Amino acid sequence: MSVAPTPVPTVQAIDIRALTKCFGQNEVLKGIDFTVAAREVVCVIGPSGSGKSTLLRCVNRLEEPTSGEILIQGIDICDENTDLNDVRRRIGMVFQQFNLFPHLTTLANVMVAQRKVLKRSTDEAEQVARVQLEKVGLSEKADSYPSKLSGGQQQRVAIARALAMDPEIMLFDEATSALDPELVGDVLAVMHDLATGGMTMMVVTHEMHFARQVADRVVFMADGYVVESGPPEQLLEAPTQARTQQFLRQVENR
Amino acid sequence: MSRQRRNLILQWLAFFAGIGVVVAFLALTVEWSSLHRLFFDWAVFKDQFPNMITEGIRNTLVYTSIGFGGGLVFGLIAALMRRSSVPPARAAALAYVDVMRSLPALLVILIIGFGLPLAFGENLPSWANSNFAAGGFALAMVAGAYMAETIRAGLEAVPKGQTEAARSLGMKSGQTTVTIVLPQAFRIIIPPLTNEFILLLKDSSLISVLGIVVGQRELTTIGRQVSNSSGNYTPLIAAALCYICVTLPLTFLVRRLERRANAGSR
Repeated sequence: MSVAPTPVPTVQAIDIRALTKCFGQNEVLKGIDFTVAAREVVCVIGPSGSGKSTLLRCVNRLEEPTSGEILIQGIDICDENTDLNDVRRRIGMVFQQFNLFPHLTTLANVMVAQRKVLKRSTDEAEQVARVQLEKVGLSEKADSYPSKLSGGQQQRVAIARALAMDPEIMLFDEATSALDPELVGDVLAVMHDLATGGMTMMVVTHEMHFARQVADRVVFMADGYVVESGPPEQLLEAPTQARTQQFLRQVENR
Repeated sequence: MSRQRRNLILQWLAFFAGIGVVVAFLALTVEWSSLHRLFFDWAVFKDQFPNMITEGIRNTLVYTSIGFGGGLVFGLIAALMRRSSVPPARAAALAYVDVMRSLPALLVILIIGFGLPLAFGENLPSWANSNFAAGGFALAMVAGAYMAETIRAGLEAVPKGQTEAARSLGMKSGQTTVTIVLPQAFRIIIPPLTNEFILLLKDSSLISVLGIVVGQRELTTIGRQVSNSSGNYTPLIAAALCYICVTLPLTFLVRRLERRANAGSR
């Protein structure tokens, strides 16, 4: 069914073609073409309801696309011969609501998938987990349960949990939107370090400052379409589309 | 204030007047001497022990445990099947739950308790051809249907984000259920499951209709058999006391578990 792909010199980390997604009668994504190159950091911005979270959730097929193609490092993830779990373990995901496992300690949260999916030994998984917790500055919380941590700490543990799987791509779904303002900085700092370290990242965010500083490219979405995309200084300072200008004015006025 | 107080006093007066009427009625109409002789005969009461404990309570707990353990397995399987993406699996689980819950437990116990030994009697090893096996299996079938709904409610109470987080890490559906969802679901349903245990402990009395052999009798069976043979109902009172000794502490435990669960969620 799939025709031989047109030869591309470098395979995109994420390559989405003509993607649509309907929830019942409601068409949330109306034909999206979207790419993220290896080591690129792409921030997706736009008003709520624009479909940006849905687009992100399609990348690891937490959301089932209605039509279109999604290639991860050249592999069609909707092909039934693709091992979806193997693709997913190479894509780390961070959620707005953290979604730590409340019945496991911080350390066990970071270990469980390493044990079950990568089949690492307990010792190795623990070693990796401690290194990752160290990186997000939470070594001393290893034995605490998530309910004892602040939102910002929980989100950093969630990032450590994803990184422990040695992902090649990281997805962030409004990772700071559920946090108290004073806790946002720590999480953004971790994301900033990650970007500087060369991680491929797709970041759905409302943090314009972060997008301006960290993104290689910013994509503006509205009403299920990609309206405009470009380097942050161009898209955020001198957008060409009226819809983008309107959105940025509204954000600035807040 | 004073009006409230007057109302309170009136309520107390009405309460005591009501009790007085009932006591007077009972004192005049009940045949106290025969009641005392047939239900509260101290000598007969003493004779029930220690057998009422060593055979009765022990076997009540054995039947209840078999029924609860088996029910937990049946309930878990049915609950997971009801969440399956395979329609026939869902239908089968639903049929089991709905049919079992529409039948009186007593009837299920009669059918399975008499039917199972008849159907397999010759081919079963001796341990499986006992009152314990037939009665316990019948109780498990009934309990499983109720527990399936409890477990399903627990599974549904675990936020969807938990499954998404586990799947996004590459965990398989089964791994996610076993390591992430079930442990959280069971924590949620410990109080209702303890309640099911208490209900089952009392329902285990129903297997007394099966004609239980000595040694495998539970509290109610012993109470009935001894009453019938001695013409005195005191053994029933002894059995009742034994039930209370076991269930009341469990009831308190449930209340504490529920209070703690409610406090934890805030």
